[in-house]
Amino acid sequence: MTGNSLLSVEDVTVNLPTPRGNLRAVDHVDLTVGAGRTLGVVGESGCGKTMLSRAILQLLPKKAKLSGRVMFDGQDLLKLSPEKLRQLRGRSLAVVFQDPMTSLNPVLTIGTQLIETLQEHLELDDAAATRRSVELLAAVGIPAPEQRLAQYPHQLSGGMRQRVAIAIALSCEPKLLIADEPTTALDVTIQAQILDLLAREQRRRHMAMIIITHDLGVVAGRTDEVAVMYAGRVVERAPTPDLFKKMRMPYTEALLAALPRLDAAPHTPLPAISGRPPDPTRPLRGCSFSPRCRYALARCQAEKPALEAAETSAHTFACFHPIETRADANA
Amino acid sequence: MMLQSVPSISPGALLKVDDLVVEYPVGSKIVHAVSGVSLQIARGETLGLVGESGCGKSTLGRAVLQLRRPTAGRVSFDGQDLTAMHGEALRRMRQRVQLIFQDPIASLNPRRRIGDIVAEPLVIAGVKDPEKRKQLVYEVLAAVGLDPNLVVGRLPHEFSGGQCQRICIARALVLNPEFIVCDEPVSALDVSIRAQILNLLEEMKGRFGLTLLFIAHDLAVVKAVSDRVAVMYLGRLCEVGPSEQLFAHPAHPYTALLIEAIPVPDPDVRPTETVPIGEPPSPIAPPSGCRFRTRCPRADQRCSDEMPELRAVAPGQLVACHHPLI
Ligand SMILES: Nc1ncnc2c1ncn2[C@@H]1O[C@H](COP(=O)(O)OP(=O)(O)OP(=O)(O)O)[C@@H](O)[C@H]1O
Ligand SMILES: Nc1ncnc2c1ncn2[C@@H]1O[C@H](COP(=O)(O)OP(=O)(O)OP(=O)(O)O)[C@@H](O)[C@H]1O
Ligand code: SF4
Ligand code: SF4
Ligand SMILES: [Mg+2]
Ligand SMILES: [Mg+2]
Repeated sequence: MTGNSLLSVEDVTVNLPTPRGNLRAVDHVDLTVGAGRTLGVVGESGCGKTMLSRAILQLLPKKAKLSGRVMFDGQDLLKLSPEKLRQLRGRSLAVVFQDPMTSLNPVLTIGTQLIETLQEHLELDDAAATRRSVELLAAVGIPAPEQRLAQYPHQLSGGMRQRVAIAIALSCEPKLLIADEPTTALDVTIQAQILDLLAREQRRRHMAMIIITHDLGVVAGRTDEVAVMYAGRVVERAPTPDLFKKMRMPYTEALLAALPRLDAAPHTPLPAISGRPPDPTRPLRGCSFSPRCRYALARCQAEKPALEAAETSAHTFACFHPIETRADANA
Repeated sequence: MMLQSVPSISPGALLKVDDLVVEYPVGSKIVHAVSGVSLQIARGETLGLVGESGCGKSTLGRAVLQLRRPTAGRVSFDGQDLTAMHGEALRRMRQRVQLIFQDPIASLNPRRRIGDIVAEPLVIAGVKDPEKRKQLVYEVLAAVGLDPNLVVGRLPHEFSGGQCQRICIARALVLNPEFIVCDEPVSALDVSIRAQILNLLEEMKGRFGLTLLFIAHDLAVVKAVSDRVAVMYLGRLCEVGPSEQLFAHPAHPYTALLIEAIPVPDPDVRPTETVPIGEPPSPIAPPSGCRFRTRCPRADQRCSDEMPELRAVAPGQLVACHHPLI
């Protein structure tokens, strides 16, 4: 796989020193994304999704300790100079955050921010950069784009701001776009519009994309592959159709079951996952999901399950008693 | 004859809202946040209220509780007109109604201990005996699934979002209210914690015999807990009906759009990409006629000339549209 992938994350671990001790935010993660492909990363709040994307972008907090390797477009990102990294980030590696204000500058107009980004990475004169900015704003569905150039972020709604952040991220035709919960702060209708927009641009530009979310519904129809994270680890990874048809991890099953279903009658109790994820500053024996897993048996508390392949090597999971084969395991 | 507006007053209604208008003056302009909303909630019922950000859901919820005095219209609770009530009478009435907010962490005072936060409504209500207060606080914390002994002495920042929402629910329940406005209680929570809190609200509703106005922008969440659903757009109601009926047969184009926008956790269901680009117009200058017409695929001349009133299309289902889908 590594040979032809655009991005490969190899055995990446991120440790953060905190007053309560060392916090393992990302725990030995391996991932690959091919050119033009879409990967969904799903998991509960605090499971390390953002830290993983920040590790890929080399934008970790200063005190963070990263080990492993991040290969992007043939380069080892851990070995690049800060200057080279900065060039790479605006250009072939772009990001959209949950809160668009993280990527937008509140005191600069939309136009200035777009034009500056374009001119920093591409050789464009003012007129060409302005023209390109208007096209980009139109492409992300912003009405009256010429007039928007003179506006400041606070004069736009949340959905419009996120569109602008996407326009800036797309401006230099990146090879990979990381969208970290791009719609969690937005309404359902605006969410659908933004996800459609990302999917359309991704296909049109043959760009690779990582969509990070806590909602399996968001990745179902919009990704090629899904990685489910729990407590810093990837616990299941599969091509999207396989994951939904034959999920193996009890955690994936539980995440899916917890979503309110439109076909259920009102007042149907939701199969919630009890409790909370483990404290990432405490060392944990066994499977990190075992305190909340309804299928846990003695071995789950004693040993840590490794990622292993299901029917195909593209589908991997970390569980001693996976769904479907559980009956044999219990027998 | 066409306008068979608001449903007739049913004897079981605990809450009745008639032609409610709420406007905010902003400089020389006026924000038309709620423009003539009428609805009823029967005792023991949950009415879900959905709509996009800025459509006036919170404003409506706050005006119902008289936390924001309406510009016009009437709100009656258990037969009494809240809009005409003041001072001590209103204060006593407020003990029977409560509000739960979207952002659980921000709605808790960061410097006060959980025990004091949950006891605060009791203090305001004049429960003077500290032992009695303590007993009620312990009971309600246990009811929402927290261990009172571990919780009362701690500060809000020591808790996760889901736990903070449990604390907010405990605070809302401690006076044993009859009616609660839940303003997006799970929007800030992730999938697994959201399910826990929705289940908790349902359980509390049964145990305390509550009536709920449940506000959210996520139709799937609303359906999970509501007997009936009201859909709001730019300050007005588009459609009201029994949950199942509304989902199976939406009559208003906006309701249909909201249903379509819900992400379905099934890779075989490709997202439709038919959701119209664009956002709601400004409530400072809402469109003439039907307020949804600037985004509506069925809009025609009549829609800009004439404002549609709510009328019945099926038993219990009311729609405000000139060209409904059913
Ligand atoms: N700057 C930081 N310093 C120390 N710990 C941090 C920092 N940022 C995050 N963490 C911790 O690292 C872990 C992983 O956090 P991360 O933000 O990656 O989670 P996430 O999956 O993105 O969650 P969410 O869905 O809430 O965004 C969490 O336990 C979090 O508390
Ligand atoms: N205090 C205020 N002064 C002026 N305008 C206000 C005020 N509060 C709300 N508004 C405006 O009134 C309209 C309705 O706001 P409201 O908060 O009721 O909407 P909402 O449906 O609850 O939205 P959300 O889903 O974002 O919470 C919006 O246009 C909002 O900007
Ligand atoms: S290893 Fe055991 S505890 Fe972990 S997910 Fe599988 S069955 Fe559950
Ligand atoms: S009244 Fe007209 S514009 Fe309004 S929802 Fe119905 S068809 Fe659309
Ligand atoms: Mg995150
Ligand atoms: Mg609101």
